[in-house]
Amino acid sequence: MSARAALAAATARQFLSGNEAVAYGAWEAGVEVAAAYPGTPSTEILETLAACPGVYAEWSTNEKVALEVALGASMVGRRAIAAMKHVGLNVAADSLMTMGLVGVKGGLVVAVADDVGFASSQNEQDSRFWGRFMHLPVLEPADAAEAYEMAREAFALSERFEVPVLLRLTTRVSHVKRAVEVSGRREAPDPARHGYSKDAERWVITPNHVGRRLQIRAARDRALAEETLKSRWNAVRPGRDRRVGFIASGVACHVVREAFPDAPLLTLGFSHPLPVPLAAEFALGCDRVLVVEEVEPIMEQELRAAGVPVHGKEVLPLQGEITAPVLERAVARLLGGPRSDAPESRRPARVFPRPPTLCAGCPYMGVYFWLGQLRDAVVCGDIGCYSLGCSEPWNAMDSIIAMGASLGVAHGMAKAFEGDPKAKPVLAVIGDSTFLHTGMPALANLTYQGANVTVLLLDNRSTAMTGGQDNPGTGRRLDGSPAPRLDFAEIARALGVRAERIRRVDPYELPTVLRVLREEMKAPEPSVIIASRPCVLGKDFERRPPLAVLQDRCNGCARCLDVGCPAITVTRRERQRRATGKVVDLAWVRIEPSACTGCELCAKACARGAIVAR
Amino acid sequence: MNTCILVAGIGGQGVMTAAEALARAALAAGLEATKTEVTGMSQRGGIVCSQVVIGAHVEASDVRAGHAALLLAFEAAEGLRWVHYLAPHGTALVDPFRAVPPVVSSGVYAYPEDPLAEMRAAGAHVIEVDARAIAERLGDARLANSVMLGAAAGWLPFAAELLRAQVLAQFGRDPRLAQANARAFDAGRNPQRQAHATA
Repeated sequence: MSARAALAAATARQFLSGNEAVAYGAWEAGVEVAAAYPGTPSTEILETLAACPGVYAEWSTNEKVALEVALGASMVGRRAIAAMKHVGLNVAADSLMTMGLVGVKGGLVVAVADDVGFASSQNEQDSRFWGRFMHLPVLEPADAAEAYEMAREAFALSERFEVPVLLRLTTRVSHVKRAVEVSGRREAPDPARHGYSKDAERWVITPNHVGRRLQIRAARDRALAEETLKSRWNAVRPGRDRRVGFIASGVACHVVREAFPDAPLLTLGFSHPLPVPLAAEFALGCDRVLVVEEVEPIMEQELRAAGVPVHGKEVLPLQGEITAPVLERAVARLLGGPRSDAPESRRPARVFPRPPTLCAGCPYMGVYFWLGQLRDAVVCGDIGCYSLGCSEPWNAMDSIIAMGASLGVAHGMAKAFEGDPKAKPVLAVIGDSTFLHTGMPALANLTYQGANVTVLLLDNRSTAMTGGQDNPGTGRRLDGSPAPRLDFAEIARALGVRAERIRRVDPYELPTVLRVLREEMKAPEPSVIIASRPCVLGKDFERRPPLAVLQDRCNGCARCLDVGCPAITVTRRERQRRATGKVVDLAWVRIEPSACTGCELCAKACARGAIVAR
Repeated sequence: MNTCILVAGIGGQGVMTAAEALARAALAAGLEATKTEVTGMSQRGGIVCSQVVIGAHVEASDVRAGHAALLLAFEAAEGLRWVHYLAPHGTALVDPFRAVPPVVSSGVYAYPEDPLAEMRAAGAHVIEVDARAIAERLGDARLANSVMLGAAAGWLPFAAELLRAQVLAQFGRDPRLAQANARAFDAGRNPQRQAHATA
């Protein structure tokens, strides 16, 4: 059911993920502007809002821009939301820091989803730190139902205190569905709130205005601290078993109730500013107190610093999700009783791993086929589907750091290699959306400083990894309307790459890719190779008839397997000793017709012409 | 006592859709339900597993190892991968279909010889459901998830009809697709009855 249909439905009970619930709550609060950059586990927030009536929604080029779009809307009195994953807030942090100082006008909510357990991220971060750093209130829903209610209330809170509200989600909130009672009624945006009048003392944050804003912020901190003391989200559930009392926030509240239903529990849904007096009073009624939070010991350390005797990460893990068995083990250790050594269940069977792969027909395979064979070059990678180039069979990456980092890192290496007799050619690999996200300033720097880097811009006309969202390179907006389509060659030219060093290749043309790659790696200056082909999962992809292997022509050389296409499977392996004494491993293959897209990459890799159209 | 279910397979097999149908049918039965989602990297041919918890009151959405009453595996090795989640009296419905990933094709790892036999050796009650083959006979391998749901319908704490109605509702926009899935669901019901008779 589309969000629009769901919102219009008479039934109040919806089965929603936390991300969908945030969108429903924001919509009911009358949010009018929503901006985001996609990122797991946050993407569905904007996708759901985009289907809601009365909301302007956009995929911005990065999280900082998205947040600034939300601020602009707030400055003219509109309720606005910016959504992002945890690492996205690192990108947006510069502007959010100022927003913590100048505040907001229309209610502004920053929904940030932490990938606890790092299923789809380069790290694990606790976004609640930003609340401390930037003096922002932090709401931590335990599930979709709370996410809905908190999102609905957060805008009014934001307006009352003129502050952005950090709605901190985690994977198990964002990506678990539960029944949520939604009202389906949208609070009409208040026209009295709308409008703009110049207020330079506030919105122009020059040094002469900072002092006053710091005073205002300090007063706001005190008022927010009062607010969290009486918030309905911070409440005690009494319990008979007082050996251990629990203080928990977010999804950990469910875990405590699951594992220790009879224990006293203080849930902190409005967790910053931390309501220390509530915790201190709660602690008096328990033999000992365990703080259960994902993932950093933030509340624990603040409580201990305030003189409240609590336990926490000395028995709980410092990474990953806290599940009921994890909590039970921690409590057993805390109570010092005999540890149960009984195996809880059968042991996991040994089964091969099934790492994610590039899709059958993915145009990136045409690039990685060659990059995997470069034995004496350094390839700096970036973040997207093409990160998979680091894995088998290509192993074609030396680094992946952060969104847009490939160019800067490659630049530094190239500069450091200058004059080094052992210098290696340096390449950077970056996707279309990532290039627009944070790659462009690095390319300007690279050409400006004259670093000898070969940049491979993999343009599949899609923000593919997160589900194929549009971006300024696709020629379409979020709502499907046509948009100006950026020309990557023109961008490269404008950013200082010489016209002769800007090459466009079709990644399906294997020999051409190699020739161009060799030429540009040889060139003693920055070059950009733009490899364009639509994502196989996108609207623009045209599937061709599947290919098949002529078994009588195949000699088992296995070169087609270097393409890395998941549609090619091995039917037979053999080890042969050649007349020269050399031992070779041979493999015969078949092509799965239902998976094959007919891209012919494998046919071009085959020296025997053994792969043909069926 | 809550009913914990694992639905497991690989990206593109309709694991999430099947888990969604189970949870929504439970809601229709007046129960609470949670369902975990998987998105992002795992969808690229990787392992997909959704955990569904059903009961009068559901706190944690996480299923403990050794506590699942039911394991629906859309692929043989994926059944083996998650078998330790089964409770001692749990049941695994497993499609013997084998999806061989590149790490096996390339010879780095081996595919287990007989994953279902290994599951049984580990003490699991395993019922083979030829869902993909049945779906192919019905004309579309993508119907396999509805076949599996049909097979699961007799093992749930609510009436099979509620799950069938949910399958119809989920594909309700396209009447032909809805009917095809309902047929697949019904086809899945039968082999299971035979399994009961021989058990």
